[in-house]
Amino acid sequence: MHSHIFEKYPKFERSNLIPILQDIQDVYGYLPEKSLKEISNHLCIPLSSVYGVATFYNQFRLTPLGKNIIRVCRGTACHVKNSANILIALENELGICAGQTTRDKLFTLETVACIGACSIAPVININDEYYGRVSIKEISKIISKYKKEESIKQEKEIQVSAE
Amino acid sequence: MVELTINDIKVKAEEGMTILDAAKSVGIYIPTLCHMKDLFPTGACRICVVEVDGMRGLTPSCAYPVMEGMKVQTNSPRVRIARKTIIELLVENHPQDCLICVRNKNCELQDLSEKYSIREHRYVGVKKDHAIDISSASMERDPAKCILCGRCARTCSEIQKIGAIDFTNRGFASNVTTPYNKGLNVSDCILCGQCILVCPTAALREKSHAKEVMNAIADKSKYTIAQIAPAVRATLGEEYNLPLGANVTGQIITGLKRLGFNKVFDTNFAADLTIIEEANELVSRVANGGTLPMFTSCCPGWVKYIEQNRPELLDNVSSCKSPHEMEGAILKTYYAKKMGLKPENIYVVSIMPCTVKKYESDRPELTEEHKADVDAVLTTRELVRLFKMAGIDFNELPENEFDNPLGESTGAAAIFGTSGGVMEAALRTAYKIITSKELEKLEFSDIRGNSGIKGSTININGMDVNVAVVNGIGNVKPILDEVEQGNSKYHFIEVMACPGGCINGGGQPIHQKTEKIKKRVQALYDIDVNMKNRRSHENESVKKLYKEFLGEPNGHLSHELLHTTYINRKKILEEA
Repeated sequence: MHSHIFEKYPKFERSNLIPILQDIQDVYGYLPEKSLKEISNHLCIPLSSVYGVATFYNQFRLTPLGKNIIRVCRGTACHVKNSANILIALENELGICAGQTTRDKLFTLETVACIGACSIAPVININDEYYGRVSIKEISKIISKYKKEESIKQEKEIQVSAE
Repeated sequence: MVELTINDIKVKAEEGMTILDAAKSVGIYIPTLCHMKDLFPTGACRICVVEVDGMRGLTPSCAYPVMEGMKVQTNSPRVRIARKTIIELLVENHPQDCLICVRNKNCELQDLSEKYSIREHRYVGVKKDHAIDISSASMERDPAKCILCGRCARTCSEIQKIGAIDFTNRGFASNVTTPYNKGLNVSDCILCGQCILVCPTAALREKSHAKEVMNAIADKSKYTIAQIAPAVRATLGEEYNLPLGANVTGQIITGLKRLGFNKVFDTNFAADLTIIEEANELVSRVANGGTLPMFTSCCPGWVKYIEQNRPELLDNVSSCKSPHEMEGAILKTYYAKKMGLKPENIYVVSIMPCTVKKYESDRPELTEEHKADVDAVLTTRELVRLFKMAGIDFNELPENEFDNPLGESTGAAAIFGTSGGVMEAALRTAYKIITSKELEKLEFSDIRGNSGIKGSTININGMDVNVAVVNGIGNVKPILDEVEQGNSKYHFIEVMACPGGCINGGGQPIHQKTEKIKKRVQALYDIDVNMKNRRSHENESVKKLYKEFLGEPNGHLSHELLHTTYINRKKILEEA
């Protein structure tokens, strides 16, 4: 499927496991099950070990990312400023837990140790935008903004394809 | 030689030896959990730590080599506290349901907790919570009881070279599991059960058929028949502290009768039958230019392996059913007719050293007119539990004989339980079929012993027959590669999935000592030597069976009852 990646790495060379995983993730944004099986065959490592390495390191993901990535800061300053409840509010709003992606693939919810913007704690970050001193009340408003953007985009696409 | 002191005792040790082994040689016990003899040390569990003079931290004795003049303390307060803390942390993250656990009184964590006098709960916190995997027909996986020693994963990938399970995730979420945490039934697992033998707790265990068996015995409309595998008789005594390799056939028969079985037969009878079918199949393949080399098919773990990994080579596998399935088929046809029983009322229970046999007995191919050849399979361990529950004092049991006609067997069948045994038995009979003469020297020393691959060449009627014995599924890959490339010199290849053969099967009493296997094997060879008949074709009951019922070996009825077909499981697993 991605022979150009496998060509770079000799067969049966166990030490290439992590570089291959990284390359595959660069292509898809995550590690599809099918690719893990291919890697297992190429390097002659049991699938269980490939899966073990892929789940050990935080840099690897096994599910595709959503269109919008929400990061909730769980650092010390934000924690003091009630970030735990911000996270719960987001989880309730989206219907998913931290680390998961919504079914419509619109949002992925993650926690980070510290974003580095403690002066405006509690902070959440969506794609390139930062929201400082957020309160629980604002959460649904912020989320609906992204939902609206998405529906406008879809309408445009429909129009374009219709033309 | 290196001289060091351990607990003020002067010890002479060989260079390269670990502190653990050196201590053991002078009778000092150091506890271990992740340590596995003959495998590269991981030093992961830290339970074996000792204090070495001049070293900053505590040293894992399983991984550290001895050095000249080294001073080691294995029982200092610092060491004791470290070990105790490790045990306390493991215990606190464990379900602690010892009273209702299948490994109660046979658990390494329980032992350690007792040895280090853990008397209070010092750490309270979240416990890991995992679902029990009951998807497979032979085994259960209960990750909540896992202490992450890694012995199962290493056995699976380093000894059996399958790698169905491995560590996943990290930190508190660490878990030994299959890829994507799927059921064992859709993993690469061949259910050999070697992981059960090394598991210190009950995180891995067999799926019990005990309830079904007891219900069938209690059901008066059922005619219950037990059959005993060759390897069970040489190991069951271990559970009752009898000497290693004690042959307890007579007591097992009495015990089974007391449990309430109507008849007790010997799987060895069917082993003789298997040999006649298999040897004839081999001879006809050689004579008629059939697919060669031919692989044995007695080991269901091996059959599952080749179905999952090399389905293109399935034509090379003998079509013979495994002995206990043949016995079941004969019981539900020939024996039922002879005794005027309805096949559906016969309930056949196999007492096996094996976990895969449970899965095998569920295979749809192994049925006669939609009735399973074998209804339930008990492992050696499960039978001991049933004996205990029924109040049977095993050591006091009188000896008894097998019922007939399916109780007669030869020495050739007895050695089925060890690696190389099927090959040896088959050669004794194949020689007779080809030359019409009896083989004089019955022992084939080349294919006995503990090596991974054992080869031999036997001259039969001027033709050199090359045979190989694969001892443990981890050694089979190079042989399969050769066969696939078409440059294999062998004619006949025996494969046993468990290292050592059935005698070290996944259903056997749990032990951690490799020297046990040697004595168990010797017990089987002793049975062979002491038998009146040592060649399968000398079994009078088998001869009678052919005369009265089957006709000729590899004949029409034989093919219907004693032979089977295989399926491509690679496809199934790829879609799972």
